[in-house]
Amino acid sequence: MSTKLTASERLEIIRNKNRPTVTDYIPKIFEHFMEMHGDRLYGDDEAIVGGVAWLDGIPVTVIGQVKGHNLAENKKSNFAMPHPEGYRKALRLMKQAEKFHRPVICFIDTPGAFCGVGAEERGQGEAIARNLAELMNLKTPVVSIVLGEGGSGGALALGVCDELAMLQNAVYSVISPRGFASILWKDASREKEAADIMKITAEDLIDLGVADTIIPEPAGGAHNNPDLAAANISKYLRTTILKYIEKPIDNLLENRYHKFRKIGEFTE
Amino acid sequence: MIQDLFQKVRNRAIPLSPAALDVKPDIPENLLYKCPRCQTVIFMEDFALNNKVCDKCGYHARLSVPERLNITVDEGSFVEYDAAMQSGNPIQFDDYTDKLRRLKKVTGLNEAIVTGECTIRGQRCVIGIMDSRFMMASMGSVVGEKITRAFECAAEKKLPVVLFTASGGARMQEGMVSLMQMAKTAGAVALHSKKGLLYITVLTDPTTGGVTASFASLGDVIIAEPKVLVGFAGRRVIEGTIRQRLPDDFQSAEFLMEHGFVDMIEDRSHMRKTLSRLLRLHSQGKEAAQ
Repeated sequence: MSTKLTASERLEIIRNKNRPTVTDYIPKIFEHFMEMHGDRLYGDDEAIVGGVAWLDGIPVTVIGQVKGHNLAENKKSNFAMPHPEGYRKALRLMKQAEKFHRPVICFIDTPGAFCGVGAEERGQGEAIARNLAELMNLKTPVVSIVLGEGGSGGALALGVCDELAMLQNAVYSVISPRGFASILWKDASREKEAADIMKITAEDLIDLGVADTIIPEPAGGAHNNPDLAAANISKYLRTTILKYIEKPIDNLLENRYHKFRKIGEFTE
Repeated sequence: MIQDLFQKVRNRAIPLSPAALDVKPDIPENLLYKCPRCQTVIFMEDFALNNKVCDKCGYHARLSVPERLNITVDEGSFVEYDAAMQSGNPIQFDDYTDKLRRLKKVTGLNEAIVTGECTIRGQRCVIGIMDSRFMMASMGSVVGEKITRAFECAAEKKLPVVLFTASGGARMQEGMVSLMQMAKTAGAVALHSKKGLLYITVLTDPTTGGVTASFASLGDVIIAEPKVLVGFAGRRVIEGTIRQRLPDDFQSAEFLMEHGFVDMIEDRSHMRKTLSRLLRLHSQGKEAAQ
């Protein structure tokens, strides 16, 4: 890895419209991906893609938020902002994976859960909360990778895992830097300044105990060589999944609980 | 011309000096209460006697921790957990430590939640009460840790948990550390739940954001106080997205009931009775319900 970029410089990179998304990566990393649709309760949310595939001879469940490369694609996937039915589809596929003892691989790439009337009517808060609690006890390995931006609870709903990896230029934050500036300083235009103090880069999050691994990107960002970026992710997943499928489930769940349990800074 | 006539009338009005405009009726502070929902003005004394419920529209106003304890737990039964716990400044956010210090002084609290053990009409439980006066009861390290410990302790002692929620969401000043408290608390709820123990959520005004999206939505039984605000996204954020005004009852307790996200809406005056009956009914079948 070359000289470290600031958070605001990384924002530029991840906003490049050619940055590979989950739908670009899936065929490069997995074999025979078969998409599964619907939450069996309300509908099918195209902001989240999910299905089953092979990873180096191991059956896995793959779930991710779908960004587009242009307006038409983004409209279709609602700019990767899921509704409750998206999170409930994800949960259904996670439970399916648990039943068939397949590891779950989540790709996080969202500005956040969608804020709208329908989302509130159908319980956006409940959908996210349910995923957090269920993932914490899902009896199969879960590995999450932040591809571009991880925004708030809408990202965390796919991020309660045994190991969290971040692409080198990805960011993960409690609220978008724009929202942070707007709420705390009443000035949304101070977005870059906010990004640089919020501690949202891969290195920052390793220091805070939130992220575990950084997956290197090609020079200048993943868009410069999507195949190489995919190969790096693939290499990471192959070793990591193998490591976790060998662990006894009780041990795995206890470690997962403590991974989050220990985060916090306080005095008594 | 007719317009000149009106002009003359207008000119006749005595212009008020800025000082004159500032004169307010001579009413002592805290004598009157204006309901934020229906705008009705009532005497503070009547409002207080009515447990801070607007008798016109039924809005259940916000209570401080001491007020809530006072009307909820059996006298002398409350023993506080982790009273001295105070937040650090995990992302070294400017002014955060000072802000915490000021709020401690103003509210007399160390943080936005108080947890402990008590009895409610003789039913023993672990209780947590959030106080919106403390940084809008946003969830940072301390709120997350105290809730987690409360559930872990209750799991250990085989006790039910009753949480009165109120929150503006995640505490942004703590960055990603605050977001992780959502996973941590949801995990603690699940750990308690796996032991077959009861968790009752009481949604109070306002419960929003990351708290709605974690422990507040995970109760076995979810009760809401009437007319309170409960939701995930902020109202103004949604209005900005859809570019129109939302109906007044959007994200109210009644809205949640209509859409299937709460079990019951209960008046404050009945809360003790309802909680104690639920606690008794779930006390492992040892005693019959009343």
